[in-house]
Amino acid sequence: MSFLLDKMKKMEPLFEKGGRFEKLRSVYDGFATFLYVPDQVTSRGAHIRDYMDMKRTMIIVVIALIPALLFGSYNIGLQHTRAFGIVDWSLMQMFWFGFLKILPLIIVSYVTGLGIEFVAAQIRGHEINEGYLVTGMLIPLIMPIDVPLWMLAVSVAFAVIIGKEIFGGTGMNILNPALTARAFLFFSYPAWMSGDTVWIEGLTKGGAIDAFSGATPLAVAKLDGIARMPSAMEMFVGTIPGSVGETSVIAILIGALILLVTGVGSWRIMLSMTLGALGMGLLLNLTGGNAYMQIPAYYHLIMGGFAFGAVFMATDPVSAAQTNTGKYIYGALTGILVVIIRVFNPAYPEGTMLAILLMNVMAPLIDHYVVQANIRRRVKRVRTA
Amino acid sequence: MSTVIRLRKGLNIKLAGKAEKILLPETAVDRFGVRFADFPGLTARLEVREGDKVMAGTALFHDKAYPEIKYVSPVSGVVREIIRGEKRVLTEVVIDRDRDDRVDFGVADPLKMTREAVTERLLSSGMWPLLRQRPYHIVARPGTAPRAVFISAFDTAPLAPDIDFIMANVHGNHLQTGINVLSRLTDGKIHLSQEAGGSRVAEVKNLTGVEFHQFSGPHPAGNVGIQIHHIEPVSKNEVVWTVDIQDVVALGRLFDTGFHDRERIIALAGSGVLHPKYHRITPGASVGGILKANLGEGNHRVISGNVLTGRRIAADGSLGFYDNMVTVLPEGDYHELLGWATPGLKKFSYWRSFVSKLLPRKDYEMDTNLHGGRRAFVMTGHYENVLPMDIYPIYLIKAIMAGDVEQMENLGIYEVAEEDFALCEYIDPSKSELQEIIRSGINLMIKEMN
Repeated sequence: MSFLLDKMKKMEPLFEKGGRFEKLRSVYDGFATFLYVPDQVTSRGAHIRDYMDMKRTMIIVVIALIPALLFGSYNIGLQHTRAFGIVDWSLMQMFWFGFLKILPLIIVSYVTGLGIEFVAAQIRGHEINEGYLVTGMLIPLIMPIDVPLWMLAVSVAFAVIIGKEIFGGTGMNILNPALTARAFLFFSYPAWMSGDTVWIEGLTKGGAIDAFSGATPLAVAKLDGIARMPSAMEMFVGTIPGSVGETSVIAILIGALILLVTGVGSWRIMLSMTLGALGMGLLLNLTGGNAYMQIPAYYHLIMGGFAFGAVFMATDPVSAAQTNTGKYIYGALTGILVVIIRVFNPAYPEGTMLAILLMNVMAPLIDHYVVQANIRRRVKRVRTA
Repeated sequence: MSTVIRLRKGLNIKLAGKAEKILLPETAVDRFGVRFADFPGLTARLEVREGDKVMAGTALFHDKAYPEIKYVSPVSGVVREIIRGEKRVLTEVVIDRDRDDRVDFGVADPLKMTREAVTERLLSSGMWPLLRQRPYHIVARPGTAPRAVFISAFDTAPLAPDIDFIMANVHGNHLQTGINVLSRLTDGKIHLSQEAGGSRVAEVKNLTGVEFHQFSGPHPAGNVGIQIHHIEPVSKNEVVWTVDIQDVVALGRLFDTGFHDRERIIALAGSGVLHPKYHRITPGASVGGILKANLGEGNHRVISGNVLTGRRIAADGSLGFYDNMVTVLPEGDYHELLGWATPGLKKFSYWRSFVSKLLPRKDYEMDTNLHGGRRAFVMTGHYENVLPMDIYPIYLIKAIMAGDVEQMENLGIYEVAEEDFALCEYIDPSKSELQEIIRSGINLMIKEMN
């Protein structure tokens, strides 16, 4: 493969300062370092460094998202057949149908987002941040499949520029960029982000068979409580209407396992968020009231975007709490808020996105108090000494 | 016996090239050097010029802020060169050895001397810089007695020498005298920290006048700063001293024999060395002799010290003032195709995303490649795992980067040295230079506090 390296080296001067393609330096750099880990050696500090880098970190998260993507593709096909009364599609047909539907979303997400990243890196004179590799995959997975591509592109641009780059890029942002994209769409084009038709391919144009609703379990729960909801097993497996990647708890758990085994995702946040939602759900079960309050507490964990949010969104290390103690508090409060927003907010049936975004904003405050406790221990030592 | 302090945080880097426990006799060395960078925070004033004749124990330069602290020649000979770097910053004083006489400071019993007399003797003999202080991890400032003195009797750094093996072979019986010297300088205790199980060397075991502590756990358990943190942490307005255990021997030797003689035993280790073994050598001596016919094929980096905190030197460069090992590693100046995506069978890592984590293998070859590009801080919750201190590393780092002196003080800058953050730097997927940041924070503190 060394001819590749030779070719790369030969091209390098073109992209350096004064070269013909100077303005594409960040693009060249991004691809070159992707292909070959550079020959840069340590110059200061520790002479040896771990093999782990940002590329590997981010790619692990992308790999963890693949089960959700694969199941999501299949589910798009499945829901389509149900809505339009198609009975003779094989599993592969459903999968390909769905995959070809989601592919444009992924392409638009990456092209728009990475394009902006390349420009930002060029302006700052930095290397490309790998953070968007994850964000770019997350965004299509939390979209309704029928979202128009231009809307997707606009929301990606908003998320990357306003959500991330104006703060200084990956590592500096306050909000989770993928959720920022979703929130942007949610508030700008609410008709495309809620209701009973957007979750199933083709349904917005009408033509469904009689008596087919297309409503998500969350919407059903809001209206009628548990009575007309799909079974817990269906929600766990994921054969229900919903955003592309969020329906299958099984697929998400496989992703969670990958994140936890590799140590890339925070088990503290996943655990405390689950316990928080479960605890709040139980509390509502005890108090009773409307029908939504009486659905079994564990339903909150398997319906809507909860599982996806707990595994892939709340754990984003940049926008989450950064201290270990802070992570427990942050996760638990997020879980509690998800259930509160779901059950008590009259406008939206889903609370995961808003709960995580709200806690993203609160995370630095939580960390502040955790760090203050450490400072108090140190100050106290001086007084007693 | 004391209870064992168990540390769970940290990481033992399984680096290949451990030194065999065979001690080779001293080889004659002609070129010596004293490097200014070994003393962070020092502004030096030269006392010699090129061509001057010096003896082992003659002052080469002193500290501008504390003129009584003298840095002396480790050997008798002629000052061949005073090397200056960029902007004429002093780099190194090079001495050609030509004879074996030494300045005789006279035999003395520290226990019969006053604190002032002991201090005066250490200052005039150039032994004072062996004493270092926390906060700041710099040469101790004379004039204030430390709250306590801390000595680490084991080293957990990658490929670090076995201190017990060294103490069993060190020349002369001067350790106890060295402890006696220290006892004259503090009203507090002298803490000596050992690996769990304690030392097997009688001279260490039978020491009097010290309080023994035992530690178990991975690196950096052997760092004296970590030990201080767990025995009795340094608070604001307090000063403690630290001394390398082989330098305690050198202190004792000064009083027992009257000579400035810092001969010590070091490990020569790393996968770039053909015969990794132990050597007798004096700090400042060129390592060219012990590396002769001992370097493997290819492009190598010679490091005075360990791979985490040591300094890169030339193949005939001088052994650092405080170093107890020399490590040689292959340079990592190569491109690796899709290196970030490999399963990592042969790649040791802190991170569990490498298959090597599941293998029972004992040592791994490593090189100096950075293995990635510099990024902003992204990952959280991992630096804490390799820093066994009640300190929030990233918050301290960010306070330093922001130049927030008060917050640095609040977050524990007095307790840390760059070496304590070396593992954080090693595991960092964002490839930040954390040790350099810590030192810049300490330098800022020194400036603000004076």
